[in-house]
Amino acid sequence: MLKRLAAIACFGSALLSSTPAWVQDLPTIKSTTVELPAGDALFPGGSSANAINNNCLACHSPDMVLNQPPLPKATWEAEVNKMINAYKAPIDKADVPAIVSYLVQTKGKD
Amino acid sequence: MRNDKEDALSRLLRNLHPARSAATQHSSRRAVLRNIGIAGLSLAVSPAFAEELVKLPFASGPRERPLTHDFPQKGDMILQRVRPPLLETPMEVFDRGVFTPNDQFYVRWHWAEIPNSVDVDAFRLAVRGHVDRTLSLSVSDIVRDLPRVELAAVNQCSGNSRGFFAPRVPGAQWAHGAMGNAKWVGVRLKDVLDRAGVKAGAVQVRFKGLDEPVVPEAPTFRKSLAIDHARDGEVMIAYAMNGEQLPLLNGFPLRLIVPGWYSTYWVKMLSDIEVLDKPDDNYWMAVAYTIPDTPHASITPGQSGVKMVPINRMVPRSFFTNITDGASYTAGTRVPARGIAFGGDSGVAKVEFSSDGGKSWQPARLGDDLGKYGFRQWQTDFELADKGDHALMVRCTNSSGEVQPDAPNWNGSGFMRNVIETVQVRAF
Ligand code: HEC
Repeated sequence: MLKRLAAIACFGSALLSSTPAWVQDLPTIKSTTVELPAGDALFPGGSSANAINNNCLACHSPDMVLNQPPLPKATWEAEVNKMINAYKAPIDKADVPAIVSYLVQTKGKD
Repeated sequence: MRNDKEDALSRLLRNLHPARSAATQHSSRRAVLRNIGIAGLSLAVSPAFAEELVKLPFASGPRERPLTHDFPQKGDMILQRVRPPLLETPMEVFDRGVFTPNDQFYVRWHWAEIPNSVDVDAFRLAVRGHVDRTLSLSVSDIVRDLPRVELAAVNQCSGNSRGFFAPRVPGAQWAHGAMGNAKWVGVRLKDVLDRAGVKAGAVQVRFKGLDEPVVPEAPTFRKSLAIDHARDGEVMIAYAMNGEQLPLLNGFPLRLIVPGWYSTYWVKMLSDIEVLDKPDDNYWMAVAYTIPDTPHASITPGQSGVKMVPINRMVPRSFFTNITDGASYTAGTRVPARGIAFGGDSGVAKVEFSSDGGKSWQPARLGDDLGKYGFRQWQTDFELADKGDHALMVRCTNSSGEVQPDAPNWNGSGFMRNVIETVQVRAF
């Protein structure tokens, strides 16, 4: 009861909501469950995409990469290093050249 | 079709987050990981559920994106990334009203471990750190026991319009739809902090949501505000958006609202508030989301040795919502032009329109003022006397006197674009 009165006092002094029918206005917040699309597509390109498919799909779907504009090789190298150093991507060092070469071939720019 | 590498990765990822709060449930990453290592399947960028393609007017490709309605609580959205979701609002949505409907409000997550279920009764918001009393607040504590406030405010991604940067830069390749305006209802952050009792010596307040990185060593997404900003009485914790509870992908059940500041600070699924007695040096404050400390956060491509600071307040912008590039009109007829504008961290003072590529400007009529942090609709009409190509422009001046610049800014992260927008049209 006390709590209810406190709530009324609070709403009475609220900054911007001056609706007299504030009690009905109280939104009911309902538990929510949704289903998200899996985002489990692979990079296209057959065996040339093996390295990127093995290393670059744990954290984001391939459209993160495929929607990028054409970028210079140095930028792609920096991106792969950023994934490893900043985002702790568990990437097989031996696969880095093949990943960069895929990126330069499919999304490269001079 | 399993191989050793996949099994190792699956094991690694399965073990990352063993203990989850009872309030939330994360979808299994295994479905995704099952496919890792299966190369040779030829899959296009657009997943099977995409129905229609949208063309974004960037200088270079890829310009096409699927229009999707396969995301929960969302209508048609431009699909920038499936996992974690990056969904852009189609520009025509902004033509329909000053508030952006929840089911077409843009979506932006960093890490893919997003709870797909939140039990409102079990959910708790922690308030802890440099405080007198640690709090654990339920949604109903917040809804029932604290003064309720309401505010119209624009939420805009730091990288909104990144796809228009020249030269182009890596990052989410948004057109202009990584923004939206909503009426937020919730409580003042100040009132929550006062309940906990901020101790002397507090310098910042750090916010975290329920989302988690996929790899345990990776930096969890956390953002901080200066203590005075956090206590300014304007920063809010919202539980409703446009009169409804928040869509899960927009941060259900609670989201931080930082009026006038870029969306990176508007932490979604807010579950943890930590008062700090020293500056936050976490990756998402110190490295990511930093801008050159220069006018318009602008540098020349390749310039180095620039002082970087955390991105902060928004700057004025304005857009056409009823005219797109390539539109054509009959010469000598009146044509309506309309759109939206916002002032950034202050209100809209004026919106001006030009139909001669910026040589002359005429004031546009402004729609109702619903609060200085929200969208303001504008409209005017014009006539193209001469046949041929014409550049239409719109520019906003905010109530602090700041006007949109003639020249685009540039920085390596594609942040804070607010150049005067131009659409090219033709008169016949
Ligand atoms: C450990 C997790 C992880 C892995 C593995 C990973 N990334 Fe990322 N990547 C991220 C995160 C986090 C972002 C930023 C996401 C955001 O802003 O929404 C990102 C963003 C990107 C971007 C956008 C530009 C940018 O810098 O934000 C590109 C391109 C990219 N990743 C490429 C790759 C490539 C190529 C690989 C494989 C070598 C890879 N990623 C593997 C976590 C990862």
